Amino acid sequence: MERNLMKGNEALAEAAIRAGCKCFFGYPITPQTELAAYMAKRMHKAGGVFLQAESEIAAINMVLGAASTGVRAMTSSSSPGISLKGEGISYLAGSDLPAVIINVQRGGPGLGGIQPSQADYWQATKALGHGDFHILVYAPASVQEMVDMVVKAFDTADKYRMPAMILADGLLGQMMEPVEFPEIIENSADKSGWAANGHGNKREHHIINSLYLQADLLEDKVVERFRRYETVKADETDAELYLTDDCDILLTAYGATARVVKSAVNSAREQGIKAGMFRPKTLWPFPVKELNKACETASCILDVEMSMGQMIDDVKLAINCSKPVHFYGRTGGVIPTPAEILEEIKKVGGAK
Amino acid sequence: MTTEILLAGFGGQGVLFAGKILAYCGLMDEKELSWLPSYGPEMRGGTANCSVCISDDPIGSPLVLTPDILIAMNQPSFDKFIGAVKPGGKVFADSTLIDTACDRTDIEVYTIPSTQMADDNELKGGSNIILLGKLIKETGLFTLDTMKKGIEKVVPPSKAHLIANNFKAIELGMNA
Repeated sequence: MERNLMKGNEALAEAAIRAGCKCFFGYPITPQTELAAYMAKRMHKAGGVFLQAESEIAAINMVLGAASTGVRAMTSSSSPGISLKGEGISYLAGSDLPAVIINVQRGGPGLGGIQPSQADYWQATKALGHGDFHILVYAPASVQEMVDMVVKAFDTADKYRMPAMILADGLLGQMMEPVEFPEIIENSADKSGWAANGHGNKREHHIINSLYLQADLLEDKVVERFRRYETVKADETDAELYLTDDCDILLTAYGATARVVKSAVNSAREQGIKAGMFRPKTLWPFPVKELNKACETASCILDVEMSMGQMIDDVKLAINCSKPVHFYGRTGGVIPTPAEILEEIKKVGGAK
Repeated sequence: MTTEILLAGFGGQGVLFAGKILAYCGLMDEKELSWLPSYGPEMRGGTANCSVCISDDPIGSPLVLTPDILIAMNQPSFDKFIGAVKPGGKVFADSTLIDTACDRTDIEVYTIPSTQMADDNELKGGSNIILLGKLIKETGLFTLDTMKKGIEKVVPPSKAHLIANNFKAIELGMNA
């Protein structure tokens, strides 16, 4: 396969087209705009629809409409825009519709800033909208993973009939790296059992709906959905374990931060400190088993994020607080440096 | 081994473009590489900078904080980053626009009047490429052949007529 050089944002768009995405609805926002720009240029040539909506809210509801007909649909934005999409994502989940949403995170809250951030972890994994529901959340750490995870997100969303998010950040969106693309995949998921794409007087109506006024019916629906989530939690977790076999101190980090942490772990090893890294590739479902395996030999954990500490909650839950979990983070768009993290490794590693 | 390069200058001087050429050279040589632009308000008129990492191994943090190689195209960039260059590092600066006086003795500073050279040779805006020519001559990071292939990749087809000018600028820099 040919190695191309591409920005993360453009690679996300190209991967979606190759994964059979036929409808993209978006609205510009830094640092995600190249994605929509690429779609504007390429989508119509690939036989799909690109539409710049009048707002983020309109865009996510267009996704809901397109997904209802069974086609692969996607939208993308950055943090403030994702908040606007929250209602629509809840409706997608409540209607059991597969779709892909991309969040190229920037600093918050409010309008915040435009530099890279990971402060939307809680939003993505806990409560992207109202109601009892989850979405799949993938966390790429390279441009190549952005490509691979978009394909995976479309497939898994179809498999379980639920929305999937790629949780990236401004650093990954803006950087260029070599990348290889898979061949164009024919979308093979059979949606004939539910898609509202015209019954032609040959079958019953398919109704896409999230409104259930009878409490017991709604409860049944939600319980059925959570049964599906149990399968997702058992089968769909993914993580990278780096130098964890003999580690004394385990660092946990995802996305762009994990790259910086890896550099720090390598420096620590050069200085004789047995550091390792656990990097979840799926944030929901969180790789609980994988984390417990990764920290077997470690006496403590150091969680590093571009936030004030959000994933740290899941780290503590996953190990039942059986080991001390320390935290180091930068926020507001500031990227931590390998040197800062190495200092922190020495600080908490020495205090066991 | 990873070579960390920082390119900095005013928006419009072709800092990101020059960085892209280096990135494509890495691609041509089948190296691991990353290219990360600054995308803040500074790229809309102020100073712009761009981090490029070239390595035999996968790249960790793509953000260059302590460069092995600095290309400085204006005074604020030179002043801001000269202190961050790793000991033993190399700096390439445009002496037409920069007062390159520097107290550091643990780095090598190569100065060429690249803006003046570009103007004298009817290569307006070619200062960035002239500096790249000087860079490959003094560091051996890439061969002239790789650099030419990189340029051919980066220049869009609609501007293919500019490829020859870029080749000329590289050679000017190499011979400076």
